[in-house]
Amino acid sequence: MSGAEEYRADLGERRERRIPMPRASVEGGGFPPPGRPGPGEDAVAPLDLPHDVLKSLLGAWALAACSAAETATVEHHLGDCGGCADEARRLREAVGLLHQPESLDLDPALRTRVLRSCLDRRPPRIPVPEWAEPYDAETARLDALLQDFGDAEWHAPVRLRWFEDDAQAGRRTTVAGVIAHLLSVDGLIAAALGLEDPLADLTSPPGPAARTEAFWRSTPSPPTRAVRAPWREQSHGLVRTVSFTGGSAGGLAVSYGDFELPLHDAMLERAFGCWVHAEDIAVAVDYPYRPPSPRHLHKMIDLAARLLPGALAERRRAGLSAPPGGTRHLVPAGAPGRSLRLEIEGAAGGEWLIPLDSPAAAGSADHEVAHVALDGVEFCHLAAGHLSPEEAAAGQLGDREAIRDVLFATASLSRM
Amino acid sequence: MAKDVPPRWDRKMQQRLARGEAAALGEVYDRFAPLVHSLAHRVLGDDKAADGVTREVFAHIWEHPETYDPRQSPLRTWIADVTHRLAVQRLRDREEGHREEAQRDPGEPPAHEELERTVRHASVAARADYIVHSMPLPLRRALELAYFQRRDYRQTAADLGVTEDEARRRLRLGLQLLATAHDTGTPPGCGGAV
Repeated sequence: MSGAEEYRADLGERRERRIPMPRASVEGGGFPPPGRPGPGEDAVAPLDLPHDVLKSLLGAWALAACSAAETATVEHHLGDCGGCADEARRLREAVGLLHQPESLDLDPALRTRVLRSCLDRRPPRIPVPEWAEPYDAETARLDALLQDFGDAEWHAPVRLRWFEDDAQAGRRTTVAGVIAHLLSVDGLIAAALGLEDPLADLTSPPGPAARTEAFWRSTPSPPTRAVRAPWREQSHGLVRTVSFTGGSAGGLAVSYGDFELPLHDAMLERAFGCWVHAEDIAVAVDYPYRPPSPRHLHKMIDLAARLLPGALAERRRAGLSAPPGGTRHLVPAGAPGRSLRLEIEGAAGGEWLIPLDSPAAAGSADHEVAHVALDGVEFCHLAAGHLSPEEAAAGQLGDREAIRDVLFATASLSRM
Repeated sequence: MAKDVPPRWDRKMQQRLARGEAAALGEVYDRFAPLVHSLAHRVLGDDKAADGVTREVFAHIWEHPETYDPRQSPLRTWIADVTHRLAVQRLRDREEGHREEAQRDPGEPPAHEELERTVRHASVAARADYIVHSMPLPLRRALELAYFQRRDYRQTAADLGVTEDEARRRLRLGLQLLATAHDTGTPPGCGGAV
C-alpha cells in the first residue's frame, strides 16, 4: 500500500487518522493546537500551493505550527502524495520524541540521599563544609521548583514581606524579581570571597535592600527567566569556593552594610533567605513547598537564637523596648544574665537560653525569667517577618514583657 | 531544555570529580538528575526503581569519573549511556527473578517480549535525547520555539530573525534528524542496546 493509500485508509469511516493527530498542548490542558480547524470548521478553503512549498510545510504541520488554511491544504495533499504522506507520518512520530522527559518533579530528598550514599562510598577530598550544606540544599530545591516555570509563572506577582520598626513592611515584585533579589544579596558573599559581584558595575550600595533596588533599577525592563542562570551559577560558585577555602575561611567577615556576619553564618542566613523566598514563590504560583530538612532547619533556628541578644540590644537602642528597670541588672561580659528559655518544638527543635539584658551576658538557667515554646517552622516564619509577634502561637510562661521583647526582636531579624 | 554548555564544562567537571570535589558532585546531580531519573523511569516504570538507578548512576560517576573520556562524547551522553546500561541491567534482573518464580508456578506467561519492547522504547528515547542535544543549535532553537513555546512557524521565524522559508526548513530538518532515533542501529556512544 502506498503512503497515500494508507493515509486515505487511515481516514477510515470515522475520519480517524493513524498518523497521530497534531499534538495537544504540552501540558495536556484545554489549549486547542494552533492552526487546527475544530469540528465544523472543516470548510477552510485549501490554498493553491506548489509541491515544494507543501513539502517544506511538513515539519511545521507535524508541530501544529501552520495556519488553519495551510493545515487543511497539507492534509488534503497527503491524501494524494505518497512521498509526503510517508514523511508526514515519520515527522509526526518524531514530534512524540520531543516531549520534555525531564519535567518530572524529583523528590528533593532524593538529592540528599544520593549525594550522601556517593560520599559514603568515596569520601570527598574536598568536602562541602557542614555550614554550607543548608545553602547547597536550599538553592538546589529552589532551582528544581523553577525548572518547569513558564513565562506566566516567572511574571507572577510576589509580595516580599518583612518587619520594620515593629510593623509589617512589604514590596511588590515578581517571581523573576525574587530571584534577582536572591542574586543581589548572595552577591554580598561573592564579593567577600573575591568572586565576581553581580552588582560590580553599579555604584555599590551597601545593604541587601539597597542592592536589590539598585539591581532592579539597573535593567530597563522587569527581570525575566534569564535571571535564573546567573543566580544558579553564583550559588554553585559560592558552594564550590567555600569548599576550597574550607574551614579556615569560615570566620571571614561578610558585610551586610550596617552589620557583619562571619562567613559560616552568612551562608546559613542565605540558606534561610533562599527557603523563605522559595516559599514566597511557591505560594505565588500555588505549588506545594516543604520546609528544609530538620538538620538544616535546626541550624537556621540556632543562628536566629544566636542573633537574638544583639537584636534585643538594638531594640533598646532604638527605644522600641523599655530601658532597664529595677528588675534588670547589667552583668560583666560572659557572666550569667537574666534569660529567656526558647523552646523550639519538632524534629528541628531544641532549647536556647537567650540572655535578655546584654549580648555580652551568658544565657543562664538559674536566671531564667520566662519560657516560650514555639513550633520550628512557625519560629522561622516569625524570624522571616511573615508572621507578626502577636499572631505567633507561642506557649508562654513568666515575664510577659521579656517574652514580648523576644518575639518582636525575632521579627526584627527579618529584612527585605 | 538545559542551556548549551561548551565541552570545556564537561572536561572541567571530570577533573573536579576526579579530584574528589563534593561540590562538583552536587553540580553534576543538579544538571543531570532529571535526565537520569526520567531515562531510568522509562525503562523500569516505577519511581522507587528509578530512584535506585539514579543512586547507582551517580555513585558510578563519582567513583569512576576516569572512565569518562571527554574526547569521545559529551558528558550528558556518557551519563545517559551509564543510566541506560544500569536500568536495563536492573530490568533484566527483575524479569529473571519473575521467570524463576514462574517456573515454579506455571501459568505465568513469559514477559520476555514485553521486556524487549520496553528496552527498545527506552533506547529510542535515549537516542532522541542525544539527537536533540547534538543537532545544530539553530534547528534545536526552532523546535523549542514551535514545540515548547507553541509558536507557529511565522512567529518562530520572527523570534529567530529568519525568513519564514528558513523557519519551515529548520522545523522540517530538525524533525527529520529526530526521526532517525526510530531507525535500528545505534549511533556511536548513545544509549544503545546492551
